Amino acid sequence: MLAAILALTDAACSGPGTMTSASGPGAHRISMLAVGMFAIAAFVFLVVICFLAYGLFHRRQDADDEAPNLEDHGGTRMVLLGGIAFPIVVLIVLFVITLVALQAQANEDTGTHVFTINVIAHRWWWEFQYPTQGIDTANEVHIPTGEPVLMEVTSTDVIHSFWVPRLQRKVDAIPGRTNEVTVQADTDGTYLGECSEFCGLQHAHMRFNVVAESSDAFNAWVADQQKAAPEPPPGEALQGQQVFLGSSCVYCHSITGTNASGTVGPNLTHVASRTMLASGTIPNTPDELAAWIENPQAIKPGTQMPASGLTPTQLRQLVAYLETLS
Amino acid sequence: MATATEERLEEIWGEEPGPVSWFTTGDHKRIGKRYIVTALIFFFLGGVEAALMRWQLAQPGATHLTPEQYDELFSMHGTTMIFLFITPLFTGLANYLVPLMVGTRDMAFPRLNAFSYWIFLGAGLFLYAGFAVGAAPNGGWFAYPPMTGPVFNPGINMDIWSLGLIFLSISTTAGAINLIVTIMKLRAPGMSLARMPLYVWAMFVTAWMMVLAMPPLTYANVLLQLDRNLGTHFFDATAGGDSLLWQHLFWLFGHPDVYIIFLPAVGIISTVIPTFARRPIVGYPYVALATVLTGIIAFGVWVHHMFATGLPSLGLTFFAAASMIITIPSGVQIFAWLATIIRGRRPVFTTPFLFAIGFIVVFVIGGVTGVMFASVPFDQGVTDSYFIVAHFHYVLFGGAVFPMFAGLHYWFPKITGRMYSETLGKWSFWLIFIGFNATFFPMHIMGLMGMPRRIYTYSPDLGVGGLNLLSSIGAAVVFVGAVLVAINAIKSLVAGPKADANPWGAATLEWATTSPPQHYGFASIPVVQGRDPLWEQPELASNLTLTDGREILGTTVTDADPEEAIHMPEGSILPLLTALGFAGVFVSLLVGAEVAAIVAGVITLAFIGAWTWRIGGVPA
Amino acid sequence: MSIAQVEPRGARAPGWWGMALFIVAELTLFGTALASYLFLRFEAPTWPPPGVEQPDIVLGAIATVLLVGSSIPMIIAERGIEKGSVARMRIGIVISILLAIGFLAIQGYEYSQASFSWRTDAYGSLFFTILSLHALHVIGAILIVSWLEVRSFAGHFDREHHAAVQTGALYWHFVDVVWLAIFTVLYISPRF
Repeated sequence: MLAAILALTDAACSGPGTMTSASGPGAHRISMLAVGMFAIAAFVFLVVICFLAYGLFHRRQDADDEAPNLEDHGGTRMVLLGGIAFPIVVLIVLFVITLVALQAQANEDTGTHVFTINVIAHRWWWEFQYPTQGIDTANEVHIPTGEPVLMEVTSTDVIHSFWVPRLQRKVDAIPGRTNEVTVQADTDGTYLGECSEFCGLQHAHMRFNVVAESSDAFNAWVADQQKAAPEPPPGEALQGQQVFLGSSCVYCHSITGTNASGTVGPNLTHVASRTMLASGTIPNTPDELAAWIENPQAIKPGTQMPASGLTPTQLRQLVAYLETLS
Repeated sequence: MATATEERLEEIWGEEPGPVSWFTTGDHKRIGKRYIVTALIFFFLGGVEAALMRWQLAQPGATHLTPEQYDELFSMHGTTMIFLFITPLFTGLANYLVPLMVGTRDMAFPRLNAFSYWIFLGAGLFLYAGFAVGAAPNGGWFAYPPMTGPVFNPGINMDIWSLGLIFLSISTTAGAINLIVTIMKLRAPGMSLARMPLYVWAMFVTAWMMVLAMPPLTYANVLLQLDRNLGTHFFDATAGGDSLLWQHLFWLFGHPDVYIIFLPAVGIISTVIPTFARRPIVGYPYVALATVLTGIIAFGVWVHHMFATGLPSLGLTFFAAASMIITIPSGVQIFAWLATIIRGRRPVFTTPFLFAIGFIVVFVIGGVTGVMFASVPFDQGVTDSYFIVAHFHYVLFGGAVFPMFAGLHYWFPKITGRMYSETLGKWSFWLIFIGFNATFFPMHIMGLMGMPRRIYTYSPDLGVGGLNLLSSIGAAVVFVGAVLVAINAIKSLVAGPKADANPWGAATLEWATTSPPQHYGFASIPVVQGRDPLWEQPELASNLTLTDGREILGTTVTDADPEEAIHMPEGSILPLLTALGFAGVFVSLLVGAEVAAIVAGVITLAFIGAWTWRIGGVPA
Repeated sequence: MSIAQVEPRGARAPGWWGMALFIVAELTLFGTALASYLFLRFEAPTWPPPGVEQPDIVLGAIATVLLVGSSIPMIIAERGIEKGSVARMRIGIVISILLAIGFLAIQGYEYSQASFSWRTDAYGSLFFTILSLHALHVIGAILIVSWLEVRSFAGHFDREHHAAVQTGALYWHFVDVVWLAIFTVLYISPRF
């Protein structure tokens, strides 16, 4: 029955969060541990079920005797062998593979990394700072494929947990503490990340994407992200910039190259380059963006972002501006 | 055809029928029944909460519930099932059974017993008042600060939760002390520790664990209250505090609590299986020892709830080892049950026996996934996903609710004097067994597919929609099965056939009393010569009738040699009044009325004074 | 807590066992409190935090002598009633209470002189919470033995019947002994 977990999981491995379709050394290790332990667990389960089935249905000589059997004092050896010796053997195996995996994990975290990314969890979005490259972005983190990157995880408010099921284990994001985890992807692709510690109303919508790409593509992305926002072309976009800078948006959001330097919400300098909005809640299209700005509470009830109160014209202009921030 | 002794005992121990004794009784049987019924009502409420969550999660992106409602539902579901259902239910069952199983007439402290029940009821209502005022607890059942602290959760929600749990801990601690003293001092002559029924061993260890595990929880909640309402900084990282302090304190309670829930259940299984396998349990000393060792090791494994918090790896290795070792005592118990079934007579497939077998099957699954969680890197992969939701429901629903159903069916004839319907019982077993596995087995897979726990909705792209639907259908089947148990109970209570004193031909002393037992329990205190008295001693009656007054027999701790007759108090209204006084204190603290809290405190002290006025001195 | 209505005859009364178990729970509570203190202490770079003075060890030592010393008259009270002397019991209890009140007075003075409060930082929170928790237990113990004193005037205790006195005294000794652990951790350990 337990082996069925694996079979069914494999059958369904198309999911973006399926741990067993691992794509990084961290997740491979967990996946291999899972396979090994499921095999052992299935064996233990079968042993118990066989004993149980035998006990329930084996033929008995005195089948009709209902008086309690007070003569038999045996059976202790079975308790000692099955209840002590058998588990000890199994546990030693489990403990050894655990130690091996734990050591590999520690070696990875203390080994060399190509660079460090600061992961800062907020209610309910993720900030990614690249101190070496001077980048501050949100909800979408790019890494070069095949290279180990060190993530230093913390939180500004409550406890969250940083998890990319197909790449690596969870680490909690705890205010006042910094936890480290090595992230490495074997193949190019976009990997789903999720918050996995309950953190309040929008714990369900606190996702992010890890984009692993060739080092050329990664370097190009870095170069783009390092640029300040371009001046918008005249017309709606330029009017939209005025709307942005003249409204309450600037208290929470930053756009490099403008006066907007709020740090409460995500940095929007390159917001149009991201595939998702509101921490993986909706796709980043002009229509969705407009709907989000108009009334975020309808899409993500409880989010820290208030409704903007803009007129339809202002909203259209603002979206036109934000779409230039690629 | 009552004898003169029985008439005299009824005169001493009997209670006036009617509403007065309802509020004053100290009879362990009435209090035990009360605990059981109240806990089952909370079980129903927790089940409704679960059903609503499964309704929301049946499809991706559903909007039946708001995020706030969903958070309140899972917080109260966990809090209810752990604090208001399973622990009080097992406390109630022990309240009813332990005095009978050890062959005495009541618990050591009948008034304290009544008091414990009233506090439990009050704390339960207190915790549920959150729904009435639209501010139910919403921080999850382990309530990690700073999310539950003053900054990020300023409402009254978590004050209700933490004050409610402090309030409840009075009941749990008092009840546990009562059980321990009853088991240590009131066992029938001859019932040395080595002859104690395994259920009594289980409750003895459980009660000790309650005494030692409640203080860390209570202290953590006091600190949370101080942080929330008096401006202290225990969990505030900006002023030298640390939110991990909460996690250590909470799990220092929380992991032992898993065994506080589980050990009474194994006590039930160790009682039910020998009865229907028709032989004494195999390996009695090993099972008793395993129970004690479980209780001890359980205090050394709490950090495995914190493997993802970034602790140093030496500590992780130690707690991984401890978490693996604790499976050995469970292994001993499982093989003792298996050996008992194998070497017993042809088993009698009654409803309690079926639930016991179902328990072994599901508990082994929960156990093997539990060992996996001891493997740190695996834990760091799957913790806080639906895999762990699956695991702990296999352990808690499988490990405690199946045995509870086994126990409730098994002792139904003793408690009510009526037989339940085996046909309905078997239907409910199969519905619950199949529904349970349909509900929780898919959750293992959902977790491995990346579904985090405690999310109020999920996106279709995760690919877990079908599994969630299956899980929700399973939950509906469990619900029907549980309702069938209730129907069976009510139907049998009204029209079930009358039960004999010992309908199962069981071995333990409670079956020596009438069904249901008289107020005085035993007409003469039995003198025990073995572990299975009703199988070994056809004639139990002794000359220890203790008819001079409201008296029970005190015996020595290890050998149960008779020591003295202990005079027992009559019923009293004071336990209820004292509990009301405590309720006044906690309600005042909740609404921030300091003066009212002090007044209520002084009134409570006055009641305690009246209660203790004649205790431990010259008899009145 | 309550004490069962028993007639003590040689063996420890169930009420005494009940109190002993209650004390086990209380010891766990104080153990948890002190463990919390040490947990946060070993995470902090300096302890006490900068700008906060060490607790006054001389005053603390005097308070310790008063409180631990109060166990002696309490033992005299117990021995007294065991020999049937209600008078000795009454005097012993009164002296114990006076010593405990002296202890509380010193504590109150220390509170009022402190340069920090429970709101200052986690150190202040720990210090005041643990001391207040213990002070509440001292007050509780005073109430218990005062109640015994009152009951003695109602003629409740004699040579044969005094389980309540033994039980109350047990609690008294617990409150004194647990103070030694608190004094060691809160007053002495930060100096090392």
